[in-house]
Amino acid sequence: MSALSCDTLPESRARQRADVDKGFPENLAETAPPRPAWAAESPLLQAEHVTHLFGPEQGCQDVSFTLYPGEVLGLVGESGSGKSTLLAALSGRLPPEAGHVRYRDGKDWLDVHALGEARRRTLLRTEWGFVEQNPRDGLRMSVSAGANIGERLMAQGARHYGKLRQAALDWLCRVEIDPDRIDDAPGRFSGGMQQRLQIARNLVSCPRLVFMDEPTGGLDVSVQARILDLLRNLVRELGLAVVLVTHDLAVARLLADRLMVMRRSRIVEAGLTDQILDDPQHPYTQLLVSSILKV
Amino acid sequence: MSAQHALPSTGMSGYNFAYLDETSKRAIRRALLKAVAIPGFQVPFGGREMPMPYGWGTGGIQVTASILGPDDVLKVIDQGADDTTNAVSIRNFFKQVAGVASTTRTTEATIIQTRHRIPETALRNGQILVFQVPIPEPLRFIEPSESETATMHALGDYGVMHVKLYEDIVRHGRIATRYAYPVEVNGRYVMDPSPIPRFDNPKLHMNPALLLFGAGREKRLYALPPYTRVVSLDFEDHPFEIPRWKSACAICGSTESYLDELIVDDRGTRHYVCSDTDWCETRSAAGERTT
Repeated sequence: MSALSCDTLPESRARQRADVDKGFPENLAETAPPRPAWAAESPLLQAEHVTHLFGPEQGCQDVSFTLYPGEVLGLVGESGSGKSTLLAALSGRLPPEAGHVRYRDGKDWLDVHALGEARRRTLLRTEWGFVEQNPRDGLRMSVSAGANIGERLMAQGARHYGKLRQAALDWLCRVEIDPDRIDDAPGRFSGGMQQRLQIARNLVSCPRLVFMDEPTGGLDVSVQARILDLLRNLVRELGLAVVLVTHDLAVARLLADRLMVMRRSRIVEAGLTDQILDDPQHPYTQLLVSSILKV
Repeated sequence: MSAQHALPSTGMSGYNFAYLDETSKRAIRRALLKAVAIPGFQVPFGGREMPMPYGWGTGGIQVTASILGPDDVLKVIDQGADDTTNAVSIRNFFKQVAGVASTTRTTEATIIQTRHRIPETALRNGQILVFQVPIPEPLRFIEPSESETATMHALGDYGVMHVKLYEDIVRHGRIATRYAYPVEVNGRYVMDPSPIPRFDNPKLHMNPALLLFGAGREKRLYALPPYTRVVSLDFEDHPFEIPRWKSACAICGSTESYLDELIVDDRGTRHYVCSDTDWCETRSAAGERTT
């Protein structure tokens, strides 16, 4: 990895990463009861009664949950159930009408919506990432792939062209894009490559928490599979915490440790992914699981 | 208007001294004070209609009109030259509506209105240089929203400026921005120094004169007070540098000044001459021409 990416992590975060790497999943078998390493740490993100309604049952209401470092939380539900609204509120883009979103920065808890704009922006482009459904919303289409990847580093004060370029090359490799295309505009990439470029652009600052809004929506199945595979590896490797919005239960099963099922602005069921998909309790979840097409 | 009686006659009836009415001038001066107080910050102002189209220097003319006094000596340059159409028209305009003295000598002028160049002759404290600015917003190329660029300035969120320079190196192998090269002012605001060539950027740094910038169409004013720190943005491994010419000026032999390229015959013979006509004439008159 280049000097500009993950090597420059603060020591505590690097250590934390190492703990995650060590503790999960090898230690699972040794320690009894089996608990992933993140469970022993303090949470990273906390939502408390987050509510934002555009109309009756439109939006999200009374959503509370806790997210731990290195954990992938899937948010599933039908269109219009409020998944994206909740994601916008969690990621600081939409101030909720009620409730709080708290993020742990070292030992301090920050109320995301009470932070100043400057601090929130810094957070968004250093410790957080946001992968949009449509890569055109998350990329700068007018500048080259390399500039897209380097932008976060430049915003953080990186002023060495050679190192920026090396970081961009590294990340293109990691997301399986031919490094020769570093100087191409994203508009000349395929949809799947654009999505992978967007992922690289977000992960270059080594975030701890990434929000993803249907990262594989609108892509064909084989491209989806490659991106899911890539995401799964990166999440494990970097110990990322992820809030993943999807309406595709297969995606959720592949990536998510835990699931929350949303319907008409409320969380109707939450639990471990396998538990929810294999033994759904709420009638709506049962309907959702039974409606998956079996080929 | 009572204020009109206190001012000298312009030689033209029906116009206030320096064309603009006193209330407008005062409003512009108030905005200028704010601009001087916050170096590099773009101050909105109520731009007035001028008797010429946008793009001809209406921003600079409004600034000059607002600060001009009867004792001032005015110099106007366009591309460094005193004798180009735009420079001649603006100089004549102020001669007519203000009756002030004008000069082509940089050292004699108290106010110099300019487009594209900073004079080669070093300015001194007490002089005022007024720039005509087409696009005051350095972030505009990447961010079309005015409220977003205002937020970016407020938060010092300037990462995208280096994205632009990065793209330059990708496409041209070096920072190829030739003019309107972005600068950081006093360690705070990023500013577009208007379309002056990159060659003139170092003259902005710690300049003893007051530098005022007026954008008429965009209705923005900004300023560099005397002795302000101005740093041109760059990369550690691609530092800012000014262009140099292989040849000297064909008229005065200068190797230090900014040279214009002239094609002098049908076979494409090229000559290089100083863009700053006053600098060139002064040197020629002093007999510094060597060849």
